[in-house]
Amino acid sequence: MSNEIDVSSHRDAVEFADGVYWIGALDPTLRTFDIILSTANGTSYNSYLVKGQDGVAIIDTVKENFSEEFFARLESEVDYKEIKAIILNHLEPDHTGALPELMRRAPEAKLYISQRATSMLKALLKPTGDGFEYTTVTTDDRISLGDRTLRFLHTPFLHWPDTQCTYLEEEGVLFSGDVFGCHYCDKRLFNDLVGDFRFSFDYYYAHIMRPFKKHVMDALKLIEPLKIKQIAPTHGPILRERPRRYVTHYRELSTSSLSREIGVAEQSLVIFYMSSYGNTARMAEEINEGANAIGGVRVSLYDLEGGETGPFVDLIEEADALLFGSPTINGDAVKPVWDLLSSLAVVNLKGKLGGAFGSYGWSGEAVAMIEDRMRGLKMRIPQQGLRIKLIPTEEELEECRAFGTAIAEEMVGKKQQKAVIDMADLA
Amino acid sequence: MAKAKITFQDIEQTVNVPAGTRVIEVSEKIGAGIIYGCREGDCGTCMMHVEEGWNNLTEPSVLEEKVLKENMAGRHDRLACQAQILGDCSVKPT
Repeated sequence: MSNEIDVSSHRDAVEFADGVYWIGALDPTLRTFDIILSTANGTSYNSYLVKGQDGVAIIDTVKENFSEEFFARLESEVDYKEIKAIILNHLEPDHTGALPELMRRAPEAKLYISQRATSMLKALLKPTGDGFEYTTVTTDDRISLGDRTLRFLHTPFLHWPDTQCTYLEEEGVLFSGDVFGCHYCDKRLFNDLVGDFRFSFDYYYAHIMRPFKKHVMDALKLIEPLKIKQIAPTHGPILRERPRRYVTHYRELSTSSLSREIGVAEQSLVIFYMSSYGNTARMAEEINEGANAIGGVRVSLYDLEGGETGPFVDLIEEADALLFGSPTINGDAVKPVWDLLSSLAVVNLKGKLGGAFGSYGWSGEAVAMIEDRMRGLKMRIPQQGLRIKLIPTEEELEECRAFGTAIAEEMVGKKQQKAVIDMADLA
Repeated sequence: MAKAKITFQDIEQTVNVPAGTRVIEVSEKIGAGIIYGCREGDCGTCMMHVEEGWNNLTEPSVLEEKVLKENMAGRHDRLACQAQILGDCSVKPT
């Protein structure tokens, strides 16, 4: 296997398909990306250049600090006057850092972005003033460089709302933006030459794409029919050797594993609780009973004290509804509840049902605070939370069962229609 | 005070509200499925579809129109954090 490629030793463009060049930059010393990602051997900011008979297209740029390297590689191959199009697959600053300067140097170039990117573009360029023009594009829009055609794929939320992919039809190169990317820095550039980057690939997916699995599946419907010879993402190795397997891997990673365990028609309710004197635990058990009485709902009960955040996040990701039980201590819910509720940025919670309950001694603020947090996480709270002062009576335990039943009924759409209510009667 | 009825179709619930109430003020309290992001008409997260009574909501502002366009809103879609209820209407999450 050839190891001749070493992009750290020069500042030239690297051709990897006919008239298609890598003009990016390596960032080998980065150890944390965007606060949330560890980058054990750094990252790369991949930018690409496509030459056509009628001009040149630049696809994405680099983080601002790496502009010099980007411009050097660009200048090694073309003159700024030749640049006809600048395509931005999404506008995150690590790919648009060099954009204002590129637009200044190539004033004739037209900017192509997705519809959703317009407000972000204005926010990004505001320090340099107005007066820029752009064209919005979507799936199946094309731009021609004469003998080269770049086709766009609207792939929103992978991982920003404005994300798109660009496909070079004649060469079968998919410029995929952050999709199929990873934070892995290697001067050998190509997947068949670099080190073992499987962990980095999966880790990147788990932190960047995982919250958007449904959108990944939608995007794959556009990507899978393409004849792909190479995938050129914005971070990590260019996938030139058997690129199709990365597409297949994305589908595997985005497929529900719970659906293999329970019926398709069945829904999952997970109840988490912490209890200091056993009262909130007692509530949790009765809520569990009440919910279990409703067919079509698989209920799971977990004491937060006995588990770890990672596996609980996995459970939450596939659950249809979540209940959290917490006592109130010093006017707050307890820390393990907040620890879990602050670890959910990697999964999609939008529209899941939520609810809270807890026993309390004096004031019982925890329940409302948990509900507010769940609303903030874009969950729907169909049932007002259940608070019980200290030890639940038999009557209060019945309320717990009714609470569990109501949540489960809400999940399966069996809840009885209510009469018209007045806003003044809402809590 | 003038009253109006808003129906949240996803949870089949109708609420009597004082005219002028923003949809956001009532939909969260009732546990309807419309979800919110910035809550100030900028992000487009709370886009909802108005099934009935389109004319019984306040007119969208220029800024709301812009955000709706950017988020590829369909006909009779509105932002729940911006629209105020003036008369009977029926809405659901997009």
